[in-house]
Amino acid sequence: MTEMTLLQAVNDALHTEMGRDDRVLVFGEDVGFNGGVFRATEGLQKEFGEDRCFDTPLSECGIIGTAIGMALYGLRPVPEIQFMDFIYPAFDQIVSEAAKMRYRSGGEYTCPMVIRTPCGGGIRGGHYHSQSAEAYFCHTPGLKVVYPSPPADTKGLLISSIRDEDPVMFLEPKRIYRSLKGEVPEGEYTVPLGKGRIVREGGDCTLVAWGAMVETCEKAAIELSAKGKEVEIIDPRTLVPLDEALILASVRKTGRLVIVSEAPRTGGFAGEIAAIVAEKAIGSLEGPVVRVTGFDVPFPYTLEGLYMPDARRVVRGVEDSFNW
Amino acid sequence: MTERPIQILDDKGKALRGRLPKLSKEAFLDFYREMQRIRIFDHRMLALQRQGRIGFYGPVKGQEGVVVGCAKAAREQDWILPALREGAIAIMRGLPLDLAIAQLIGNDLDLCKGRQMPCHYTWRKGKYVSMSSVIGTQISHATGVAMAAKYRRTDEAVLGFMGDGATSSNDFHAGLNFAAVYKAPVVFVCQNNQWSISVPFEKQTASKSVAAKAKAYGMPGVLVDGNDPLAVYEVVSAALDRARGGEGPTLVEALTFRLLGHSSSDDPTRYRDEDLVREWEAKEPIARYRAFLESKKLWSEEQEAELLDEFAGEINNAIRRAEAAAPVDPKTMIEDVFETPDPRLLEEFAKARSSLS
Ligand SMILES: Cc1ncc(C[n+]2csc(CCOP(=O)(O)OP(=O)(O)O)c2C)c(N)n1
Ligand SMILES: [Mg+2]
Repeated sequence: MTEMTLLQAVNDALHTEMGRDDRVLVFGEDVGFNGGVFRATEGLQKEFGEDRCFDTPLSECGIIGTAIGMALYGLRPVPEIQFMDFIYPAFDQIVSEAAKMRYRSGGEYTCPMVIRTPCGGGIRGGHYHSQSAEAYFCHTPGLKVVYPSPPADTKGLLISSIRDEDPVMFLEPKRIYRSLKGEVPEGEYTVPLGKGRIVREGGDCTLVAWGAMVETCEKAAIELSAKGKEVEIIDPRTLVPLDEALILASVRKTGRLVIVSEAPRTGGFAGEIAAIVAEKAIGSLEGPVVRVTGFDVPFPYTLEGLYMPDARRVVRGVEDSFNW
Repeated sequence: MTERPIQILDDKGKALRGRLPKLSKEAFLDFYREMQRIRIFDHRMLALQRQGRIGFYGPVKGQEGVVVGCAKAAREQDWILPALREGAIAIMRGLPLDLAIAQLIGNDLDLCKGRQMPCHYTWRKGKYVSMSSVIGTQISHATGVAMAAKYRRTDEAVLGFMGDGATSSNDFHAGLNFAAVYKAPVVFVCQNNQWSISVPFEKQTASKSVAAKAKAYGMPGVLVDGNDPLAVYEVVSAALDRARGGEGPTLVEALTFRLLGHSSSDDPTRYRDEDLVREWEAKEPIARYRAFLESKKLWSEEQEAELLDEFAGEINNAIRRAEAAAPVDPKTMIEDVFETPDPRLLEEFAKARSSLS
């Protein structure tokens, strides 16, 4: 075990997989020589050479389009999109090509690749360095969507994603890139895709959150505990595939559900979780399902603090699930 | 880049002095056979479409020279990233005719399990990659496959196809730019058939040619007469050799003409002058190539009749076998989304099916 930041965990995972599998190539804008604008790929070019970790021209559609070609060939590309807000030029390649390759070719061709991208707000990044756009990708069959939170999970999930036979969106909550530290197992540590975790046990209300929102929920839990309410926090870790059983079991136990997500509300993944619980566990609910989310506005710059769900809003959300 | 398309045969099929590639008699004949096979196949498939036996078809008529010239230039180890008009390359690389027709029907014999519209073949054994309908996306895939081959230091090269309309896409720019930056072993072939459905080439770009665009990317651009299969063969072979030799990509523009509609759903008389079509019919690749063979005493009426008979029989048998296949099994709808199915999907599908039975 070594104490690492989330960023170091990403770097460690890439390092581990590049070391054991020469099919793994890492590339993107500023990824090679400079080691990435966040330093996630630091040292990889030096260690593995320019043909395994390299800079690309500034074209997201080209980065993902060529990565798909490499995956078709049999390599394991791990392209980086510098900020998730800039992924849209590659959207077509991701949803029309990578996601559908296995299906449309009857399994003749596959597209194993991991698209890493920093996402989420809280770094004063304005519209274009803050979005949490997981819902678009969850809505596309054929893509796995991983949204890790603590450093150990980040490493284990990234290694599992690289070893997966299908395209994976690996969304890295950049707000906690450096602020969150944790013990990370050394070497080939994996966390399976599709298995969530119970972050904190409690019997009064279930909180479901992913990415940076897990930490926010943990803060809220302390406040709530002081007020006599013990919440159970579930981090699904991967949105596709989703550990539905874990969420349902928790809701059946607590009778209440609050979903916390920093994405805009309408059409967001929080709504999907609410729908699953409504379909399968409505008999267990003792109060309304509550969503604590971003607002349906373009991500604001100066009012980011107001936009982002914080512990206070989560506490209020939990109270709303009791008082209705 | 040349201003006039490179030719080996003139518009009438006369071989230009000293230009014939060194090929055996059999090889010259084979160019002809393959072009005729495509034309007959096309004709039969359009007929099946009209009879409602297949849902859609995208004909190649008039463009057979590009298809055969390229297929002949590619080596077995090379990859094919096709667009809509290159399906015959899969067949030339071993896709059995009945499987090709099963793809058009979309039944149990279809390798892609009835999941795609007709003409979206997949043929892994021939390194012919499954395409989407999205215009242009395969261009950067071609570059990526070539980058991978270069990384592995193999002697594979890649043929990346596109129509003239695709040259306006994002992926054209990205794919060519990346290929040149990384000196990827790829040859881009634009079949400039001068139409993107109803939109003529002049409205697609203000550039004089597609080949001219290569310059800004830092790669050679070659304009070749697409209705001259020998010229296409020679130009593409040289570009593939160059790619294999580590000298990077080439953009080949094969100038041709789409003699029929965009697809079985299109009526080209709505938007283009029949005189123009007549003009290009006079330069179409098959009659022109036959004139060449006849001038060399390599082809006769009897051989022609024999060939047409042989292909008609071959295609009829394939249609019979393809049509005899079972419909797609409903349970395949949820296969191949991922390597292992998502349990949530399995549960949902099982529930839906039990409520139907
Ligand atoms: C991105 C995209 N836009 C529009 C279409 C609809 N469409 C299908 S084929 C076509 C024209 C393609 O022209 P070209 O690239 O010249 O190829 P050709 O059909 O002439 O072989 C269009 C507009 C599409 N399939 N994909
Ligand atoms: Mg065209």
